[in-house]
Amino acid sequence: MQLSGNSIGQPGPEAASVLATLVDLRRGDAAILEGIDLPGEDARRLMELGFLPGTRVTAGLSAPGGDPRVFQVDGSEIALRRETARRVKIRREKKGPKHK
Amino acid sequence: MSQCKDCSSCGAAAVVEFSSPTSTPKTVAVIGPPNCGKTTLFNRLTGLRQKVANFPGVTVEQHTGMAELPDGRPLRMIDLPGIYSLQPRSEDEQVAHDVLTGSRADTPRPDAILLVLDSTNLSRQLMLAAPILSLGTPTLIVLNFADDLRSRAGKLDMAALSAELGAPVALVSARQGEGIEQIHEFLAGTLPKPAPKQLPVLQDVPQCREWAGRVGSEAKYRAPIPPRWTRRLDRIFLHPLAGPLIFLAVLAGVFEAIFVAGGPVTDWMQGLFDQSGKWLATMLPHSWLTSLLLQGVWSGVGSVVKFLPQVLLLFLFIGILEDSGYLARAALIADRTMARVGLQGKSFIPLLSAYACAVPAIMATRTIENKRDRTATILIAPFMTCSARLPVYTLIIPAFLPNRALQAPALLGLYLLGFVVAVATARILKSSVLKSGRSPFLLEMPSYRWPTVQSLGLRLLDRAKVFLRRAGTVILLAVVVLWVASNLPIQNGHPPKIENSLAGTMGRTIEPAIKPLGFNWRIGIGLVMSLVQREAIVATMGTIYGMDPESQKMDLQKALHRDLTPGGAVALLIFFAFAMQCFSTVAVVRRETAGWKWPAFQFAYMGVLAWLGAFVAFHLIG
Repeated sequence: MQLSGNSIGQPGPEAASVLATLVDLRRGDAAILEGIDLPGEDARRLMELGFLPGTRVTAGLSAPGGDPRVFQVDGSEIALRRETARRVKIRREKKGPKHK
Repeated sequence: MSQCKDCSSCGAAAVVEFSSPTSTPKTVAVIGPPNCGKTTLFNRLTGLRQKVANFPGVTVEQHTGMAELPDGRPLRMIDLPGIYSLQPRSEDEQVAHDVLTGSRADTPRPDAILLVLDSTNLSRQLMLAAPILSLGTPTLIVLNFADDLRSRAGKLDMAALSAELGAPVALVSARQGEGIEQIHEFLAGTLPKPAPKQLPVLQDVPQCREWAGRVGSEAKYRAPIPPRWTRRLDRIFLHPLAGPLIFLAVLAGVFEAIFVAGGPVTDWMQGLFDQSGKWLATMLPHSWLTSLLLQGVWSGVGSVVKFLPQVLLLFLFIGILEDSGYLARAALIADRTMARVGLQGKSFIPLLSAYACAVPAIMATRTIENKRDRTATILIAPFMTCSARLPVYTLIIPAFLPNRALQAPALLGLYLLGFVVAVATARILKSSVLKSGRSPFLLEMPSYRWPTVQSLGLRLLDRAKVFLRRAGTVILLAVVVLWVASNLPIQNGHPPKIENSLAGTMGRTIEPAIKPLGFNWRIGIGLVMSLVQREAIVATMGTIYGMDPESQKMDLQKALHRDLTPGGAVALLIFFAFAMQCFSTVAVVRRETAGWKWPAFQFAYMGVLAWLGAFVAFHLIG
C-alpha cells in the first residue's frame, strides 16, 4: 500500500506513471490491483471496500460519459470517480494496447 | 456478567445474563456495515416501539426501540450507524465506537451486540467481526439475506464458522422473518455458545481481510453467484441513453406526484383547518384566549401541519427509491452534473425534495457521508422554491402583472432564479470554506431488492413524528410570540390598532432598513411575520388591510398597490426568493449541523442576498 500524499488534480490520465490504473480498464476488463496512490485515510477507505493489493478488479457499467464507473471487487460493486480510479494502480491480466 | 471459561461444555451457558425479568431492561446494540439489512432487522425486532433522536452533540441519528422476548422480558435496542470498521474516523464510526465501548455518558454500554453481516458477501463483511468480537461483549453474528444466499447457490458451514469465531452465529432473513427465533434465543441466553476463541490482533486492513478470508474458507463459505436480476436491471438503468431518460422520468414522476397529487391534499388540509377554526370560534367564548388559540395556535400550526401529506409522499418516494437500490444508480447518473458545481450525486435527491419543503430535504441529506458536501447541500437547499413561497408569488404576481400570459413565465423565472443562486452559492462555498479535501467519492451499488411495506411504513411514521414534533414546539412558540406582539400593549381593555402594537412598532422600527427596497412599515410587519414562515405575509397583509385574504383576494391585491410600486413588488418577490424566512428550516439546520454556526451563517447570507437583490430590483425598475 502506498501512502504518498500527492496533491490532487494532476491533469490527464496520460500523465500517469508507467503502471496502468483503473481508468485504463474498459467495461468487462479485469486486472489485479497493485497499489493505491492516495493519502492514508482514503486508501484505507478504499481497502475496506475491497480494493486491496492483489485483488482482482473488473470494470463494469458507468454513468453516461464513463464517469463515475462501477468496479466489481471482492463481491461488491463500488462506483469510483475518474479522479479516484486514476489513483488505483493495476497490473493488466491480458496484455495488449487499449487505446481509443 | 459471568464468563464460564472453564466450562465449554455447558450448552446453556448464559450468553446474555439477565438477572430477573423485573429489573431494568438490558441494552442490545445492533451494528453492521452499510447495506447489510441492519435497519430491517431492527424494525423486525422492535416494530412500532421506536424512537428517533440525534445523539447529543453530533448529527448522527439515534434509533432506539423496545423489543420483547417471547417470555415477555423487555429489551432496549439501539440501531447504530452502518460502519465498515471500528476505527473512529468519521462521526458515525466515532458514535458506534463510543456506544459499543460504553464511553458515551448518554448511552449505557450494551449488554449484548447483534453484529449483522450480509451473508452474500461474507468474506469481506467478516472484517468487522474481529474488532467487534474483541470488545468482549456477548455477540451474536447475524448473517442476513439467507434467502438471497440460497437462491443464488451460496452456502457455508454454520457450526464451523461459529467455532472459528468463538461466537454464536445465526443465518436469518430479516425481510422475511426467517431465523428470528435464533436471535430471541440468543437474547434470552438459551442459544448454545461455542468455546471461546482467541482472535488475532489485526493491525491493518490487508491483515484483517486475510483473516476474514481464512475464516470464510474454514467455514467452507461458497460465495453466491452474481445477482442476475441486478446485472440485468443495471444494463437498463445504467444504459448510456435509456439510463438518463429513465432518471429524468423518475424525477419528473416524483415532482409531479408531490404537486399534482399532494397539492390538492395540502389545500384540503388548509380548508380543514380553516373550517374547524371557524367552527371552534362559534363554540368557544369570545375572549383573548380564544383569539390566541384560533388566530395564533390553530392557524399558525395548521399552516405547517397542512404540508404533512406532501412531506410524507416525498419520503415515500425517497424510501422506495432507496430501499429498491435505485437511489444509488440515480446518484451515479447525477454525479457528473452535480460535480460541475462542486457537489456530488448524493446531493441530488435532497435538492429535488427542497422544491416541496426545505425541512424534509435537509433531513434527507443524511445519505451524504461527506460532511462538507452535506453541509453545502443543506446551505443551498432553502434557495429551491419551496411550496411556502407559492402563495406569496401567486398573490403578488397577478396583482402587478394583470396580463395572464406573462404570469406563468414570471413564476417560472422565480423558480429559475432560486436555482441559479443555489448553484452559484454551491460553487462559491465548495471552492472556499467547504472545499472537500481529497476525500474520494465512493458509492456502493447494492443489489436491487423489493422494498417492504413494513420498512416503508416505519420510515414514514418516523418522519411524521419528527415533523409534527417540530410543528408542536418551535412553530408553536413562534406563533404565540407573534400573536402576543400584535395584540400588545392593551389599550382601554382592547387590543391596539396594528400600527400601535408591538408588531407595528417593530414594523416602523425596521422601516428605515427596508425603505431602500421600496417597502413601508406595513410591508415591514409582513416581513417580520414571515420570518416564522413565508406564507404568513399573506395572512398578515390581509389582517393589516382589515380583510379576509381568502374571500377578498382581489381587494388585497388592489390594496397592495397603495404600498408597493411595480419596482417594490419585484423587489418583494426577489426578497422572498432569497431570504430564509422559515423558523423550521433554521431549527432543522441547527439540528442537522449540531450547532448555531451554519444556520446563523445561512440566515445572514440569505438575508444579505435578499436585501441586495431587492435593492437592485427596486432601483432598476423604480
